[in-house]
Amino acid sequence: MDSIMMLSLERWVHFLAGVTWIGLLYFFNFVNAPAMAAANADKEGPGPAAIGKYIMPRALAWFRWAAVVTWVSGAMYIVSAGHYSLHGVFTLGVGQGNVGLTTLGMGAWLGTIMLFNVWVLIWPNQKKVLGLVAATDAEKARARRVAFLASRINTALSIPMLLFMGAASHSLPF
Amino acid sequence: MNPLDSISGTIITGVVLAVILTVVINALAGA
Repeated sequence: MDSIMMLSLERWVHFLAGVTWIGLLYFFNFVNAPAMAAANADKEGPGPAAIGKYIMPRALAWFRWAAVVTWVSGAMYIVSAGHYSLHGVFTLGVGQGNVGLTTLGMGAWLGTIMLFNVWVLIWPNQKKVLGLVAATDAEKARARRVAFLASRINTALSIPMLLFMGAASHSLPF
Repeated sequence: MNPLDSISGTIITGVVLAVILTVVINALAGA
């Protein structure tokens, strides 16, 4: 397989996995969190139990593994691309006078922080919230708050991340 | 109140961060 085809495939996988990851992130934040609040507030309604039992475990599985595939395919792309290097990207291209390298590096760092948030903050705490691991009510309440804030932070970080990922090969707005 | 508690606060935080980091990138690339 030649390098152009390899780059193209790595980029394609990165897009597919990235869309899955961020799409589910936006589902959690724009749809699920408000829906859970509404379900809990609606005392005569059916309640949020089905969300926690049937939707969340599946959504979180696709979410966390899509995050891994996104990061790995992105790293592979950088290694394959002759004009980038992992070192150059993750040192933000400082001293190399290449704004594309610095821009992609900023996006890559944001994506890496987001991956950390998924596996270190969101998933372990969601396991407690969903009862997949044992936790007291107090631990669940704290876990709920930490997972929520980490998810909100990722939503906020996704905004600059997507700007810089796209701008690396095109242009920044200013 | 934490701006991340609301969706609009979260989005505004992201946009502000994008602007600040763009300035940082321009400064780093010019260095």
